[in-house]
Amino acid sequence: MRYIPTSPAERISMLREIGCERIEDLFDQVPESLRMDRPIGIGHPMSEPELIEFFNSLASKNGTSGNFFLGAGAYSHFIPVIIDSLISRSEFLTAYTPYQPELSQGTLQYTFEFQTMICQLTGMDVANASLYDGSTAVAEAVLMADRVTRRNKYLIAESVHPQYREVVAAYTRNLGVTVDYIPVSETGAIDPRRVAVDDRTAAVVVQSPNFFGCIEELNSIASAAHQAGALLIVAVAEPLSLGILKPPGHCGADIVVGEGQSLGIPLSYGGPYLGLFATLEKYVRQMPGRLVGEALDHEGNRGYVLTLSTREQHIRREKATSNICTNQGLFALMATVYLATMGRRGIQEIARQNVQKSHYAARKIASLKGYELRHQAPFFNEFVVNTPVPAQEVAERLMQKDIIPGLPLEGYYPDMRHSLLVCVTETAKRDAIDKLVSELDRIR
Amino acid sequence: MKRASANIKKAKTHVVQNEGLLFEVSRPGKTGYSIPALDVPEVGQNELIDPELTRTDDLENMPELSEVDVIRHFTRLSTWNYGVDTGMYPLGSCTMKYNPRINERIARIEKLAGLHPMTPDRLAQGALEVIFRLEEALSKITGLSAVTVQPAAGAHGELAGMMMIRAALTERGNARKKVLIPDSAHGTNPASAVICGYTVDTVPSNREGGTDMEALARMMNDDVAALMLTNPNTLGKFERNIVEICELVHTRGGFVYMDGANMNALVGVVRPASTGIDVMHMNLHKTFSTPHGGGGPGSGPVAVTAELEPYLPYPRIVRVHDGTLGMDFNRPRSIGRIRAFYGNFGVLVRALAFILTHGDEGLREMTEAAVLNANYIAHKLKETYEIPYPGRVMHEVILSDKRQLKHEVRNADIAKRLIDYGFYPPTMSFPLIVPGAIMVEPTETEGREELDLFIDAMKSIAEEAARDPELLKQAPLSTKVGRLDEVSAARKPILRWRPEAPPRTDRA
Repeated sequence: MRYIPTSPAERISMLREIGCERIEDLFDQVPESLRMDRPIGIGHPMSEPELIEFFNSLASKNGTSGNFFLGAGAYSHFIPVIIDSLISRSEFLTAYTPYQPELSQGTLQYTFEFQTMICQLTGMDVANASLYDGSTAVAEAVLMADRVTRRNKYLIAESVHPQYREVVAAYTRNLGVTVDYIPVSETGAIDPRRVAVDDRTAAVVVQSPNFFGCIEELNSIASAAHQAGALLIVAVAEPLSLGILKPPGHCGADIVVGEGQSLGIPLSYGGPYLGLFATLEKYVRQMPGRLVGEALDHEGNRGYVLTLSTREQHIRREKATSNICTNQGLFALMATVYLATMGRRGIQEIARQNVQKSHYAARKIASLKGYELRHQAPFFNEFVVNTPVPAQEVAERLMQKDIIPGLPLEGYYPDMRHSLLVCVTETAKRDAIDKLVSELDRIR
Repeated sequence: MKRASANIKKAKTHVVQNEGLLFEVSRPGKTGYSIPALDVPEVGQNELIDPELTRTDDLENMPELSEVDVIRHFTRLSTWNYGVDTGMYPLGSCTMKYNPRINERIARIEKLAGLHPMTPDRLAQGALEVIFRLEEALSKITGLSAVTVQPAAGAHGELAGMMMIRAALTERGNARKKVLIPDSAHGTNPASAVICGYTVDTVPSNREGGTDMEALARMMNDDVAALMLTNPNTLGKFERNIVEICELVHTRGGFVYMDGANMNALVGVVRPASTGIDVMHMNLHKTFSTPHGGGGPGSGPVAVTAELEPYLPYPRIVRVHDGTLGMDFNRPRSIGRIRAFYGNFGVLVRALAFILTHGDEGLREMTEAAVLNANYIAHKLKETYEIPYPGRVMHEVILSDKRQLKHEVRNADIAKRLIDYGFYPPTMSFPLIVPGAIMVEPTETEGREELDLFIDAMKSIAEEAARDPELLKQAPLSTKVGRLDEVSAARKPILRWRPEAPPRTDRA
């Protein structure tokens, strides 16, 4: 085995030194009856060329080389090449959690930079070092609201990503809390007047832009939540929208969570992604996950350490604010490099192109006979189209032309049989959009 | 000559060692991005989005840098780090082994890395096959009937596993109240049990480092939902009485959850199913060598018996009637979904590549070499350091600072001094039941020379502790910063850069 540096002769001499005759003696604390008497059954080792061939052949069974207009919580964006170069540096790639700060300043400093930029994007005071993904970040926010308010009722907008809502349901199932849903209005956003908060409500949970791409009226929703003492949790599945949109922190959000995949992370069939979590200074001790803070050494040199660890499971065990240990460190680095490379003006430019291209596509599609935009609320890069035939049928027919036109919504919202969620980012060329439009036009 | 050199104005800093924060090196007007120009007719933004909804701060304070600045910045930061490629990283319970580069290459194949998670199943057959094959392989390795790869990390797997136990008990009519966890367990175990609505009782360890059977028998009653047990445990010992333990728990209607963080000691040697456990998780970033990237990502697949199979999170990846792979959402007894999409797919690709590269004989060889290395270190250091639970170990050995304490040298001092010898320090002060613990896990990917160098360094440090303890108190001396004042950092936390913030002034 090429990954094992001890030679057979060395292993024999090491065995002798520790007083073993045979390799099996190493396992003498394992009762004989529990030891395997036959191989695992995976087969023979694969050489490097065989392995590459195997995975190439698997990969070739995937998809088409055509265009897709899928969003729904995972977005196609240009990824600067230098991200992969930098994260491939083994000092980043093959390090563990920075338990020894003196030998982990690289990881600690970029995490501090990451925390800062997530605060700047979301308009919040403090951000943690990452959670698993957007869906689990929403669940963690709900658990945190419980600790902050000591209340046990949640109002979650039906326009929050259906999978995020499912994850919240699974996380809260055994904790004696009630979850109610806020209906989506005709506009595609929720009506702030229908946010029925009472003195048992711990938090109102919304997503903006929401699952349909629509921008929620966060200011009014925040007022509705706060007047009854509830927190406002805002999920952001498309953080590049914050290149243009008012950050939730400037609209009264108490906790902002999100999916950081858009920030330079490949689609990779759903993961690994990057859970974002930011809140107000006053709640910092109730936050889940790791935090990096500034510290000085005895000579007054600036450095960074993991801090406020008394919130965490390795110290507080059953009283910890979360069970999370491993997070998405390397993917926080990807987002940090992305934000640094795109920079202030690049983020604005990407956001501008997403707005322009998606609205171009929406205008064109809405002008087709039999098609219309389902909602009137403003959107960023995703919108729902009502289709002349069931959306699933539209999708099937366009896939024959090597186009995935979007996500049919019936599986998530049974009354939306004729609705297709279409996402258009900066990666969609005008030709591809025009092709989509002309192919849709052939279905009436 | 003397006069001339006195006139030289010397730069005060080393540019690599003193790279500032992104925000400090940022300069207005610099750009580092490159994207095509907008190719559709532009419409005034205010006509598209109500200006009330847009931001007014012009993204002030986001960095402005050239590509060269970005490359330099992060490359400099990387030199302040230490990785497995740099040298031995014997962080106990974390299984820091070599991360094969071929797996990185494979995970970047465009049709895997570029695949959208909402792609219809029939256009994602290759990705589904990765998941299907990995679940199958992990099922063979554990001997358990079914596996889910949805959990994003070990602790997430614990949560899923405990949710399944609760769901099964609830269906039997009583979810029960408590979970038993040994005093040597990882902190994630109790934290995960609590999210499932359980309270935690701690089971003491016996003198050999195993579960105290009498205590367990006393504590196991009809209120107990499950025992969460790490095997081999965090003392590096195989739980000899595991079969009896499982029988005891089962007799009283409970389940046994195995924390498989230490599977690197068992693959190819013991199938956990044969010990009688009901459910377990594995950490792909430990045993199956996916890079840990300074804190993540991980992946925490969960394996279960046939009895618990109905409760696995949905969707399940299954073979459908036409022979292709698809997703089964029709799982009425499932605990639901614990993560969007299907898990940390990129990690799954790497783990499958690792397993296929090893095959049956390679995986067994991996386990044997890992256990041999741990025992070799234990043997070589037992005269120098206290080993609180002596005798044969599995994948790791726990030393303690007991003998060095008489010189007022603590485990942390030993750790910091190891840095000066070029090693990443072992895990410190864990497990909690060993005062001054130094937890060493070499893994199979260290050669004899590297092990000997580590052993020599540990012996030198023990000598230094006796002769020059002050040296150890000052360590590390070879790093960019010395020991950092964590107490002040936590008292007045500075968790982000702010343009107006005064510099930190408190001193250690």
